[in-house]
Order: sequence, then C-alpha cells, then structure tokens
Amino acid sequence: MATTITMPQLGETVTEGTVAQWLKSVGDSVDKYEDFVEVSTDKVNAGVPSPVTGTIRELLVKEGETVATGTPIAVIEEAGAEKSAPAAPAAPAATPAPAAPAAPASSGNGASSSALSSASPAVRRLAREHHVDIRSIKGSGANGRVTADDILAAARTAVAAPPAAPAPPAGAGTARTSNYAQPIPGTTVQLTQARRIIAERMVESKRTAPHAWSMVEIDVTGAWQWRVREKDRFERETGYKLTLLPFFIRAVVQALAAFPLMNARFAAAAGSNPAGIYVHDEVNVGVAIGLPTNLVVPVIRHADKLSIKGLAIAAGELIDKARKGKLGVDDLAGGTFTVNNNGANGSWASAPIINGGQAGIVTMEAVVKKLVVRDDDTIAIRRMMNSCLSLDHRVVDGYVASGFLADLKRRLEAMGPQGEL
Amino acid sequence: MAVVSADSTVMNNVEAVRATLYEALKNDDRTVIIGEDVGARGNVFLITKDFVAEFGEHRVIDTPIAEASIVGIAIGMAMEGLRPIAEIQFADFIYPSFNQIVGEAAKTRYRSNGEYTCPLVIRTPYGGGVRGALSHSVSVEALFYHVPGLKIVAPSFPADVKGLLNTAIDDPDPVLFLEHKKTYRLIKGEVPNGHYTIPFGKANVLKEGTQLTVVSYGLYVHWAVEAARALQDDGLSVEVIDLRSIRPMDKTTILNSVEKTRKLLIIHEDNKFGGIGAEISAMVAEEALFHLDAPIRRLCGPDVPAMGYALPLEEEFMSSPAEMADAMREMVKF
Repeated sequence: MATTITMPQLGETVTEGTVAQWLKSVGDSVDKYEDFVEVSTDKVNAGVPSPVTGTIRELLVKEGETVATGTPIAVIEEAGAEKSAPAAPAAPAATPAPAAPAAPASSGNGASSSALSSASPAVRRLAREHHVDIRSIKGSGANGRVTADDILAAARTAVAAPPAAPAPPAGAGTARTSNYAQPIPGTTVQLTQARRIIAERMVESKRTAPHAWSMVEIDVTGAWQWRVREKDRFERETGYKLTLLPFFIRAVVQALAAFPLMNARFAAAAGSNPAGIYVHDEVNVGVAIGLPTNLVVPVIRHADKLSIKGLAIAAGELIDKARKGKLGVDDLAGGTFTVNNNGANGSWASAPIINGGQAGIVTMEAVVKKLVVRDDDTIAIRRMMNSCLSLDHRVVDGYVASGFLADLKRRLEAMGPQGEL
Repeated sequence: MAVVSADSTVMNNVEAVRATLYEALKNDDRTVIIGEDVGARGNVFLITKDFVAEFGEHRVIDTPIAEASIVGIAIGMAMEGLRPIAEIQFADFIYPSFNQIVGEAAKTRYRSNGEYTCPLVIRTPYGGGVRGALSHSVSVEALFYHVPGLKIVAPSFPADVKGLLNTAIDDPDPVLFLEHKKTYRLIKGEVPNGHYTIPFGKANVLKEGTQLTVVSYGLYVHWAVEAARALQDDGLSVEVIDLRSIRPMDKTTILNSVEKTRKLLIIHEDNKFGGIGAEISAMVAEEALFHLDAPIRRLCGPDVPAMGYALPLEEEFMSSPAEMADAMREMVKF
C-alpha cells in the first residue's frame, strides 16, 4: 500500500513549508520514524520522520520549493505490501500483463466494509443502540445495502439466540410486525469503558456464583460513641473524616480470620487442575465507592494487619483518590473480600452482587436509632445497623455464613464507647 | 347533488366550494365575493352561478381584468370590517396581485401592530392535467410559501374543501385558498351537512403504511393513494399523507410517520427546485435524520417555465400514478 506524505504543519500558525533537502531518493528504503526529508519554515527547520517502513516511490516536491501544509510531498510504498496500481516504471514487456487490479467486486449480498459507507443515519443509530456490527450483516436492501430492518432483525436474533429461538406461535404464518415493535423513543447513553467492565463483571458474577443472602441487625451504639469521641481529633491529626467504616472493616477482618472460608474463592477446573476452593493467605478488603458515573472498589491491602486508625487512613486515602479519579491499577487489584457501605442514603437492606471471584460481600446499611428491648427486659434507645451478606454458595453454606455474620455482629457490639483506635 | 343521508351530501369539489360560499353569503352580511366573471357569468366553473341574482351586485362584484385591483380592493374591505372572498380566475393570473398579497395583505397585522387585520380569502384554481396550456396550468404555492403572514391551503376532497374554506373565511388573516382544477369535477365525496370547520395545520393520513411515507397535496394525493393501493397487492406498505394545509405545515404528522417508516417521498406538481418538498425535506432532515433509512426523494414537476399544451409535454410535466408507483417501489426496496 502506498502512503502519501504531506507537508507537515510545524507550528500552529505555520501555513507552508519549504523542502530544504531530501534525505532519501526514489527507490531508497526508509524505516518507520526515520527522517527522510528536512523541511524549513519561517519558524523552524526539522527532519520529518516516515510514518511507515517502505520504499520511496515518488518525491513530489523539488528541493527549495515551498508548498502549503497538507500538500502531498512524497509517496512511500509500504514494505511487504503488494504493489497496487501499475508498477512504477513500465515493466519489461515479457512479464505477464499485470493482473487488472481486482475490481472492488460489487459486494453483492455479502457483508463488507462498504456496508459502512452506505449505512443510512437510521442504520447507524439502530446499530449503535442495539450493539450490532453493521459489517457483520447481510443486507437485504438494494445492492445488498444493510437496511434499518436488517439491524432490528439482527438485534432480535442476537437476543433470541442463546436459549434457542422460541418456536413461533402456532398459526403465526408469515412474520407479522406489530406497530409496537418500534423502539420506544429515547436516547442511548454510550458505555464508558468502566461501565462496560462493570456490566460484564456483574453479569459474570451473577451467572457463575449462586448467590445466597442473609442479614443481621447489629447494635453499633458503642462503636458509634467511640467514633464520636475520636472523630474531631482524628480529623485534625489526619485530615480524614472518621466514619463507622474502619470500625466495621476491623470487625470484618477479625471475623474473616475466624472463618477463613469466607476469604476464599471458587476455582473452576483449569487444565489439569481440578476445581477447588482457594483460600487466600492475605486479607485484602475491597471498599465499594459509588461515584456519579460508576462504581469503584479499591482495595485495602493486608487489612487484617491494620488498626482501626490505619484502616481509617487507608480508606480515607482511597476514597480521596477515587473522587479525584486518581486510582491506579494497583489500588484496584487483589481484593479477597468486599465491604459495601451502602447506608449513607438510608438503605436499610440490600442484596449486593459478589465482587468477581470472591466468596462474599457484606454491607453496612443505615445506622438508625431504635427502641430496643435488651436481654434484661429494659427498653433502650440504641443505634442499630443492618448488615447484609451475599455469599457464593459454591464456597460456603449457610452454616459458615451465619457463623461469620454472628461473629461480625459480636465483635462490633463489643466495641467500647472508648478505646485505642 | 345527491343527498345520501340526513347528515351528508355527495358533492364534487365545485359543488363543495359553491355550497360553502353560498352559506357564507347567506349567514354573514359582511361576506363579499369579488373577482372576474363571478357575477353575471357565475364564475368560469359555474361556482357562483345565480349568486348575483340572489345577493345583488354589491355582494357579488364583477371586476375588470385587473388582479391587483381585485386583491387591493378586497384588502381595503377586509381592513374595514367586511369579509371579502376574492377570486383570481386562474392562479396563472395572480402575478399582478403579488404585491398586494405579499406586500400589503400579509403584512397588515404586523405593520399596524395588530390594530388592523386582513380577514381576506383569495381563492384560485391552480394546477394542470386539463390541457390548460401555459396560462391555465400553473401551481403558485411555492411563490407564496416563503411569506410569513400568509396561510396557504390546498384541499383535495370535497369535505376538506368545505371545512377548510369555512376556516379560511373565519380566519382573521389572509388565506390563499388553492383549488386544483382537475379535481373540480373529478373528485366526489360525502360532505357533512351544516356548518363545520377543519383547523389549518392538520394533515390527513389517507392510507396507513409501514415502509414508506408519501407526503403530497392537491390532485396528486388521489393518484398517490391509487399507486399505494396498487403496490399493496405486491405486499408493499406505503403511507400516504394529504397535507391539506401547506402553511402552516403539520410537522407532527409528517415526523411521526417518517419515524415509523424511515423513508420519505414527497410528491407535488409544482416545480421541484425551491418547492414545498424542499421545505419538508429540510424539516425532516433537521428533525428526524437519525430515523432516515434512505435519502429523501422528491417526485415533482420539472424545472421548465410552464406546462406545455401538447399532450406529450403535459404528460411529461405531470407525474402519473405509474411513475409514483415506480418511485414508491424503488424507495421501499432501497
């Protein structure tokens, strides 16, 4: 394939350039990024690198000549590419006549990239909305054009395909389209990369891990009072707010230590390795953080080795980074269990989806003051919080899961009105 | 006129115009008809036959061949409280009155800051296909289409003629009322008895379909429906919309239909360049581009100065139902 090189624009205000010197002649080979010409402008002199590896086929501008930016100055034949068009100098007569360049054979009904150039605005819109690749479709329109109906049919097929298309209702006869088959008016929000990954992982988790769910109600009055006692000083010293989250994570990692199967993942059979349950030696707790556009789950590594203060700082740093969009790959990888602080807006119970490959996810719901009848039959106003657990039933059963929840509850309820953070 | 029921009467378009004008003269003393041959001759199509005998020369006024004066006098009447219905004998003769219509009538309300209005109806037969030659075949709608302050209607059915003419007479501003002369006696239909109006700016879906929207008006809506019905036998589903009211234009009906069918064919007899179809195309391109699955197409009169008298020239100018069917088929198959 031949690449035409144009006079580059060397500076925003520059409109023309002079070929100061050709560094290559016709027939010379040139490497990608190798300067092949020197260009001078009223601002700079610069070598121009070749964008491809190949052979100089034509030099279109003489040395000393000044041309407008964008003007073709040279043609480079890319290495390895078949010679297209007529070979440069007339081939000796004896050689077989060059085969006529394969005509861009009328695409007929075959799918091709020309489908794109003939795609109508409606086709483009519908293809976008239904995630259909126009090029993959055999057009039914004139000259094989892909029509809007082709896109809708492809979208329907794609939806119907996995669970073998349902048999048409008896007597359906020829396909009859309902007026209500038209898409409901609306606009499509394009998927961001993050959104796409979230969507894929959520589906994957729900599809592979049989989710079971349980909830406990926890009296967090003591932890709450402890937090209130410490929060001003903590914020002054560290700059981070002290929430209930690090108290909760502290109890979670302790409960995970008591129930190591909750800090594990179901490992499907792979190659010669049979399926198994992989129990992690590290406790790395992911913290789900909702951002306006998407969810992120940065990970507090070795969370079991951190004090409540350490957890608070680690979480504070991650939340800060998340809000500023500064989370790196390392911040997001390696989680073994996930905590979702779900109660900020008043949620009272939720059924979270397990974060890919982990054995469980536990939530903090809203902390609410309630009238509680205590063991000694006294009535008290206590701060109560529900905590919900979704678990991968392949890894653990209710026995382990409820044991884990009970342990978590006991540890949180044991937290003081005061202590060492 | 044959009465088929107590509620409606079968009429052709001439009879519908005549009946509506008669009621207007009878029910409102302010109504005046003014034009060439509207009195003694009773109009060249006999629309106002015997009106002068019944209502007198002051209400059915014959004028000289002076179109600027017909409209100019009518504008004065309208501004001073009468309800004139001016007639231009053939649309081809409207040019001398262009300044009165565009420069005066359409601007009256605006120029007087609402102090004066111009409740004027200008009726005129237009269109070809009747061997009318260069001076009795023209379509003039596009010439006036550009003018704010002017309403333009072009009904195709007797019932619409009556309802829209009543609306035009009631309207406080000037209305150009276009009557396709080939439909005058060709098209018959039931017309409800009694007074009724049809609002401007409401198109009529004559035939529903799913694969192509055809927008037309005048004589051609009848042929477009004929063509669409013929295609139905081949399994092609074409929707045909009768604009009825050219300005104001019923954008909603057009857009709803195009969003359903994704294809638009506009058919009109008037020249293609700068015609009504150009405005509809632009409107749809602006508002429904991403619903279009085919280029918008216009099947219109050729850009020649006039419709010739010779039959081959007239036929070449006019689009036939067969040509319409071909265009429809090509668009559905696109």
